[in-house]
Amino acid sequence: MSISLTENAAKHVRNFLAKRGKGVGLRVGVRTSGCSGMAYKLEFADAVDCEDLQFTSNGVVVLVDQQSLPYIDGMELDYTREGLNEGFKFNNPNVKDSCGCGESFKV
Amino acid sequence: MVALSRKGTQNGLPYQRINQMALLQIAEPGLSAAPHQHRLAVGIDLGTTNSLVATVRNGVSTVLNDAHGRALLPSVVRYAEEGSVQVGEDAQALQSQDPHNTIVSVKRFMGRGLKDVGDVSNLPYRFVDAPGMLQLRTAVGVKSPVEVSAEILKVLRERAELSLGGELVGAVITVPAYFDDAQRQATKDAAKLAGINVLRLLNEPTAAAIAYGLDNAAEGVYAVYDLGGGTFDVSILRLSKGVFEVLATNGDSALGGDDFDHRVYCWLLEKNELSALSAQDIRTLLTHARAGKELLSEHSETKITAVLSGGELIDNTLTRDEFHVMSQNLVQRTVQALRRALRDAKLTAQEVKGVVMVGGATRMPHIQQAVGDFFGQNPLNNLDPDKVVALGAAIQANVLAGNRSSDDWLLLDVIPLSLGIETMGGLVEKIIPRNSTIPSARAQEFTTYKDGQTAMSIHVVQGERELVSDCRSLAKFELRGIPAMVAGSAHIRVTFQVDADGLLSVSAREAVSGTEANIVVKPSYGLSDEEITRMLQESTQHARDDMLARALREQQTEAGQLLEAVENALQQDGDALLDAATQVRIRSSMDALRAVLTGSEHQAIKRAVEALNLATTDFAQRRMDKSVKHALAGHKLSELEG
Repeated sequence: MSISLTENAAKHVRNFLAKRGKGVGLRVGVRTSGCSGMAYKLEFADAVDCEDLQFTSNGVVVLVDQQSLPYIDGMELDYTREGLNEGFKFNNPNVKDSCGCGESFKV
Repeated sequence: MVALSRKGTQNGLPYQRINQMALLQIAEPGLSAAPHQHRLAVGIDLGTTNSLVATVRNGVSTVLNDAHGRALLPSVVRYAEEGSVQVGEDAQALQSQDPHNTIVSVKRFMGRGLKDVGDVSNLPYRFVDAPGMLQLRTAVGVKSPVEVSAEILKVLRERAELSLGGELVGAVITVPAYFDDAQRQATKDAAKLAGINVLRLLNEPTAAAIAYGLDNAAEGVYAVYDLGGGTFDVSILRLSKGVFEVLATNGDSALGGDDFDHRVYCWLLEKNELSALSAQDIRTLLTHARAGKELLSEHSETKITAVLSGGELIDNTLTRDEFHVMSQNLVQRTVQALRRALRDAKLTAQEVKGVVMVGGATRMPHIQQAVGDFFGQNPLNNLDPDKVVALGAAIQANVLAGNRSSDDWLLLDVIPLSLGIETMGGLVEKIIPRNSTIPSARAQEFTTYKDGQTAMSIHVVQGERELVSDCRSLAKFELRGIPAMVAGSAHIRVTFQVDADGLLSVSAREAVSGTEANIVVKPSYGLSDEEITRMLQESTQHARDDMLARALREQQTEAGQLLEAVENALQQDGDALLDAATQVRIRSSMDALRAVLTGSEHQAIKRAVEALNLATTDFAQRRMDKSVKHALAGHKLSELEG
């Protein structure tokens, strides 16, 4: 069981956390919404919940709630640039189908 | 002529919307957006020389670059013969070649009439004077400053939508603190034309203060020193309870970084004994002068080398000290403006808690030094001074779009000058006092002045003085259809509403009939910063005169009303209720009052009013008795008691 960050993604997260000035790490999860069933959740985490599973990847603490984990287990987060846009990309091995934009998915 | 479609180009470069896998940004806890519902919001610094767009991504405010990695978009728009529109660097490059159709510094014309702009003889444009706002004749027709600004905003919007991968919910656009209603409205109109939803207009100095997080800092007074390419603004802000109040603004609309370039340029001319250069050589030398100036911010000396069109080689070494000496008086002019701003705010330099530096020209060490010396503290300068206003606007936009948790309060602005209406005697009744936070709504009740009055003229004015003639007229409208009533018995509720962008709407409603009238104030002519400063200064200088003038006008109004009432009463009941001698006595008191009415002695009027009141006390008593008798006639006592 794991969630990992590429070195590039980790570098950005560390940088954003430092500029934000607070936060214990990154919260990753899923919720049921969106055009294709599930949607990713990506937030700063200010505290660890008792239900959280905790991973550390490239120096970044990643928190995942237990319900979310089956949907995203083994996922790797990358930070990329596409044209003028840049942001986090979810490489999720569990995805069977996603909507055209990739913001929501089915497993 | 076929206009080329500019949709799908940025700075003239074609692009393709990539059908991409969504890239996600880190949200604040609990605020992840649902798919396709990202509340993408940006801050836009629509500058005189350059414009920028910024957004908050992953919790950090960032300026968005174009495809070439450039953050600054020169605020230059060129309308070419064949119908295409160029914005930014491309337009700037053709400025000297096509000056009539290449509009620079259009911000100076926003919401202004030709006579507001002053001397236009040295500007290359073909102006068209239009009511309210001037217009410019270009190769593709007459364009208003609003349309020109919209072209700049469209490019920034496209850049933002490409960078954020979606449509914008809205934008916060910054404006100078001294922009009046007309200039603010013009800015909003430009945004609308560019397809941008304006979340709020924000004062530039306030945006800079937000970028430095001063909105979370201790309460107190802050100064913002903004030396741009061609304009200089200083603002004194007071932060209290999370609200930035603009205490004073000052500056020089014809002083900026370009003047420093020009000093170096003149020095080069002198050193090389040059004269009568071609336009191209002037541009070459100015470009090198600017590059040299910029290098001197980092190095103690620099070499300036250039080859002119005639083959002459320019090769000079300029030291930082020499540069500082030649531009010292420019720096001094900014320091004088600082002094004036503080004086207007009635503060000393020691009372200022922090100083924010804005504008690329503030990188020059002797400016940092002069400002530091003046305030006795190091100015805040660790953010890029070219970007700080856009960064602050983006932070505000992020809050307004709902991307921050609800415990973050919204920052408010204040009204720079009081708003009110004209009452009888040419007096101003202030309805919203200056420095009220916006948005704001206040109402006040007014009544009729004459018996049977069925209409009321409502004159909306702005300013601090007591007399309408000393304030600025914003709008006039009429409330008609008031039912005929005795003077003073109608209830007319006048409501002033100022929205979050500082725009005013006024409505009037008569309570009995429900008749209503309203107006949205879009003044055709604007106030300059000097005018606002002058109006504020005058209000304090003339405080005593104004008080006396108000007392006089009030007394005159009261006297006029009394004379009219007595006249009516005499005509109705004079012969029936009074003997001839009493009538003469009352008439002579009335004449005495009329004699002093138009004078400037409010005490004399007061005495004459009292005398007339005294002379008519008995008459008033008799009239009252008569009307009571009249009312009771034909009724039995029991009916009245029942």
